[in-house]
Amino acid sequence: MTRFIAKRLGLGLITLWLLSVLVFFGTQILPGDVARRILGPFATQSAVNALNHQLGTDKSVFVQYWDWISGIFHGNLGTSVATRTSVSSIVFPALWHSAKLAILAFIIVVPLGILGGVLAALNEGRFRDRFISVGGLSATTVPEFVWAVALILVFALWLGLLPSTATAPPGSGFFSQVEYLVLPALCLVFVLFGYIARMARAGTIESLDADYTRTAVIKGLPYRTVVRRHVLRNSLLPTIAVVATQAGYLIGGLVAIELVFNYQGIGQVLYRAATQKDFPVLQSAVLIVGVVYLVATLLADLAYSLLNPRLRFESAA
Amino acid sequence: MSSFGEPIGSSVTAAEPPAQAESTLEPAPSEAKVIRRERLALLLRSKTFIAGAVILAFWIVCAIFGYLIAPDDPLLTNPVKALQAPSSSHLFGTDTLGRDVLSRVIVGARDILIVAPLATLLATAMGTLLGLVTGYYRGFVDDTLGRIIDAILAVPVVIVGLLSLVALGPSTVTVIFVIAVVFTPVIARTVRAAVLTERQYEYVAAARLRNERTPYILFGEILPNVMGPVLVEFTVRLGYAIFTIATLSFLGFGIQPPAPDWGLQIFQHYGLISGGYWWPVLFPALAIASLVIGVNLLADGISQVFER
Amino acid sequence: MSATAPEPTVVQTTPALELRDLEVSYRVRGIWRTVLRGVTLSIARNEAYGLVGESGCGKSTAAFAALRYLPRNGRVMNGSIHVDGEDLLSMSEDEVRQLRMSKVSMVYQNPTAALNPSIRIGDQVAEVYALAGDSDDRAHERAQEMLSKVQISDPVSVMRRYPHQLSGGMNQRVVIAMALATNPSLLILDEPTTGLDATVEGEVLDLIKTLRGEFETSLLFITHNLGVISKMCERMGVLYAGRLVEEGPVAEVFDRPSHPYTIGLVRCIPRGGVRKDKETLDTIPGFLPQLGAELPACVFTDRCGLAEEICRQQEPPFHRVTDGHCSRCHFYERAHTLPRATGAPPVPRESPREAPVLEAHGVRKTFHQEGHAIQALADVEFALKEGETLGLVGESGSGKTTLARLLIGLSAPDEGSIVELDGAQLAGSVNKRKRDQVRALQIVFQNPDSALNRRFSIHRILGRALTMLTGEHGEKREERLRQLAHSVRFDVRLIGARPAQLSGGLKQRVAIARAFAGEPRIVVCDEPTSALDVSVQAAILNLLVELQAQKKVAYLFISHDLGVVRYLSDRIAVLYLGRLMELGAAESVFDPPQHPYTEALGSAVPTAEGTERTRIRLVGEIPSAASPPSGCVFHTRCPRYIGDICKTEEPELREVEPGHFWRCHYSAEQLRELQKTPPPGRGV
Repeated sequence: MTRFIAKRLGLGLITLWLLSVLVFFGTQILPGDVARRILGPFATQSAVNALNHQLGTDKSVFVQYWDWISGIFHGNLGTSVATRTSVSSIVFPALWHSAKLAILAFIIVVPLGILGGVLAALNEGRFRDRFISVGGLSATTVPEFVWAVALILVFALWLGLLPSTATAPPGSGFFSQVEYLVLPALCLVFVLFGYIARMARAGTIESLDADYTRTAVIKGLPYRTVVRRHVLRNSLLPTIAVVATQAGYLIGGLVAIELVFNYQGIGQVLYRAATQKDFPVLQSAVLIVGVVYLVATLLADLAYSLLNPRLRFESAA
Repeated sequence: MSSFGEPIGSSVTAAEPPAQAESTLEPAPSEAKVIRRERLALLLRSKTFIAGAVILAFWIVCAIFGYLIAPDDPLLTNPVKALQAPSSSHLFGTDTLGRDVLSRVIVGARDILIVAPLATLLATAMGTLLGLVTGYYRGFVDDTLGRIIDAILAVPVVIVGLLSLVALGPSTVTVIFVIAVVFTPVIARTVRAAVLTERQYEYVAAARLRNERTPYILFGEILPNVMGPVLVEFTVRLGYAIFTIATLSFLGFGIQPPAPDWGLQIFQHYGLISGGYWWPVLFPALAIASLVIGVNLLADGISQVFER
Repeated sequence: MSATAPEPTVVQTTPALELRDLEVSYRVRGIWRTVLRGVTLSIARNEAYGLVGESGCGKSTAAFAALRYLPRNGRVMNGSIHVDGEDLLSMSEDEVRQLRMSKVSMVYQNPTAALNPSIRIGDQVAEVYALAGDSDDRAHERAQEMLSKVQISDPVSVMRRYPHQLSGGMNQRVVIAMALATNPSLLILDEPTTGLDATVEGEVLDLIKTLRGEFETSLLFITHNLGVISKMCERMGVLYAGRLVEEGPVAEVFDRPSHPYTIGLVRCIPRGGVRKDKETLDTIPGFLPQLGAELPACVFTDRCGLAEEICRQQEPPFHRVTDGHCSRCHFYERAHTLPRATGAPPVPRESPREAPVLEAHGVRKTFHQEGHAIQALADVEFALKEGETLGLVGESGSGKTTLARLLIGLSAPDEGSIVELDGAQLAGSVNKRKRDQVRALQIVFQNPDSALNRRFSIHRILGRALTMLTGEHGEKREERLRQLAHSVRFDVRLIGARPAQLSGGLKQRVAIARAFAGEPRIVVCDEPTSALDVSVQAAILNLLVELQAQKKVAYLFISHDLGVVRYLSDRIAVLYLGRLMELGAAESVFDPPQHPYTEALGSAVPTAEGTERTRIRLVGEIPSAASPPSGCVFHTRCPRYIGDICKTEEPELREVEPGHFWRCHYSAEQLRELQKTPPPGRGV
């Protein structure tokens, strides 16, 4: 077991390192120098040189990469080119904002998606199944920003039930904060529902068709017991593991949603850094997104192997 | 809830599998045709497939004949008529520059229906190649590529796209390139999984036992057997490509103005919603929604037929 | 018939199971296809009833119908099912559940899948008692008792384990324990030992027999294996295409089979002593009908050598042959005159030439898995002469398939192993072998579905093999292709078909044709008939014999079926944990003196002729190849265990008689003496 954890952790770190290389050198392949691109074609050469020096972009890329990485290990993510403030002071509060939104969405969508998937599986091939499956699929495939404008149109503009921005006025209480977050969270819910339901459905159907389920029925167990004790136990574990890996995807969806709802989350930070060509912020923010994704999958893997006897005893056997 | 007497699930496993037709004695003269015909018949019986096909066909017609169908010139600006609500002269109203929203929605199908399939095709070709090679050889090549794929997948597609478009500058070609690069590892992964299953079959061993070269085994023997998953993957990825391109356009990094792209139209007008100007946003949004849903219904129908 | 089975004490009570005119259909692609065509049978209390039939005949459907557990697309169209006198079809769902809980149980194939992977064994067994109303503690207590009853030696630790931590045989004991937990009046066993190793199968069958005495349960035993029926049951029924064609006491049916199908089934199994040079196997012509196919009035007409016009028109009634023995054949009285389907005389045996075509010396293969070295083969030695068949037997994990893959070059042996073809060392990988070497050494795989590319037509599959192996093209190749198809009795008109359209037997013919495309000198046959039905198996075995006689090809024939190996082989090699335990002429290997492992293996196989040998019990499970026992690898299970020498010293493979080798500390004389009596039971 410890060996398994160590192995997963090691692989995660390698992936992270690869990611940092990809991110860093990916933003370096652009033509011309950074300061020139920031300052534009009319800036004087000396100003450009000065900015390059200040940014460290006059050094070789490898030195720059090293500076960046070693900075991260000292808790220094660098300085934003656009705002001249530290990257951490921009990125971390935004991450917290996004986390609030994501958590709310997860609280709604995980039980809903699993329930939908299990219901569909138990009614495989019938109307209820087709309704949930096709409906879920359709909801999932519509981009978040389309959901965002649609929800604003309906709930904010026409029905006037909910606010059309996500940022609650300063000093708002917990419930009013939640109220502001409902619409953006719903966008995520729509997009994730189909995915989670699909996984839950597939897992449940596989388990329903398994020989051990047949054994349970032939034992004379009541149907509910069969489903609860024998089917769901085996089908939901993989589903939950898959759900966790959606954390990374979620952040991708956040870019558009936070833009529409004007919410100061990590997605908004990424977007602004991209439009302003604020590379220090962009690189670090992407890396952090990667970390979040990898940590989430790692935790999911761990939970999965802890709960699954087949894996738990692998090393013992 | 189903009742007790009935077995839970469509347990074909419960007794002798009745769904599998055993073997027939006399084969039809042209066998490949029969399988194709049977699949087509199954497809045509799938309601989701038909619905998806109809929606997609509608937008393809718009993409090809858009300029003929559109009541107005989608690019003609007319500041006097800016932001007019839907009326008999402009069924979908006009946008901030006074352009006819209906015409822009119709013609807007063109760019995305060129860019998305091209990008997906490119990704499918590269992904299939990569998946075949990594699945067949495994070992070091496979491990290394697997790590890199993991690293790419650790970042959401939209953000990778964002990053690349910032680095390379937004343009249609860049969009195709970016989508292809981002989707290739995903497709490679699916194909690799299929190849891993195939290479366990003994027909691969049998090919080696008559001195076949590896390229023949890969493309001549294995590829035909993984075409099903490849086709399914293509249609599914096509849906995601439209999704991603629309999102990138919405963020301003995709298809560039003044093209009547749907995502772009929403981007240009979503700030006006709270002012009550819903029409320049709603109609393109519906267009995107219907197209992605259509493609995914199509993909769903195809995967039901091919993944049995 | 076995004498140990309890005599059926037929009290005039309600039967445990009674099927009357049962008709079951499945709806496939919108069409109802009949699977059971009016089956009537009745199983008395305490009786063991065997139901035989080949794949698709509906035997499992009958079993599941008895539990009212049909797939969603299945439906009882007609007839009735009574369990313990209660009408199953008119029951409410809840009553059916009660019935499953208390009166009927079922055990089926693949025990590991039948248990829930994420629930401990103890909890799964206890569940049955808890359902019956026991408290949790009491339920676990009783579960433990039950596990001891199925002869699990350490029930306390087994209770805490998960299915994947136990062997298949052990899991099947657990499933049996669960099935018998409530002392049901009917236990249905659906191929309960198929897929288990011979020695394990013997154990499980013994266990079921013992438990029958203890629990007063009727058995419905479903299997394709006539030997198992003869060992386990008192009465049997033969099912063909969903219709019961013959029924009667087991001994009666085997002695005087009175339906052409039963006669065919009995004739086409290679039985003790029959060898390829003495007798060709009889076959049943034609194919198993497709599911729900339109069939003539007598369902067997199309494959029957006695069929006349009346068989198409009129459904034969159940003719009484003797008391309780019935046959559904118009000509039941002269059914035994059924002409043989294969007219070809047996091929007289030629003494194989002395020069070996293939030689293996000190062949080793080690797999590395997560830091463990697993020795799959250790010092395997043998020589294969031209035109000879060497049978290779052994249980799972013995290294049979590893050896096969290694010889044909799909995996390379360890450094230092020698495999020579005509005296020239063969490269480890097929990619490095010369073309002549590759075509000389071919293989027929077990499963033709996997071995034939399902995308290609038979024409392309065989054509490509010819092109690659012989270098021929165009019209010349077409001519060769026709000859090749003809030589394996494959109808050339089917050459455009794809594998999926052909029956299992035809597919295997194509696979054989492919192996013979390059005029090979050695063909490795890796369980070539174990995926096929019995009636098809015989035809394939005959074909292999015929081809060998024509082409002078040598076979390395791998099988777990000792009867088949015995029929086909000139010499037999026995593998255990990667070691060659015994190697000798086919006639001598299965008679004393024989290696103790071979002795146990031979005694484990139930045979159809009923002459039951005393079964030799093997203690414990097959050890893992990752940590083989010290000394003689068989010492942990050996029924003829000598003493410490077996633990400390690995015996050499020695020639104990001319041409007869084994790996045992005993001499031939010692074992001949010892094997006059069965071994003392060890620790059971």
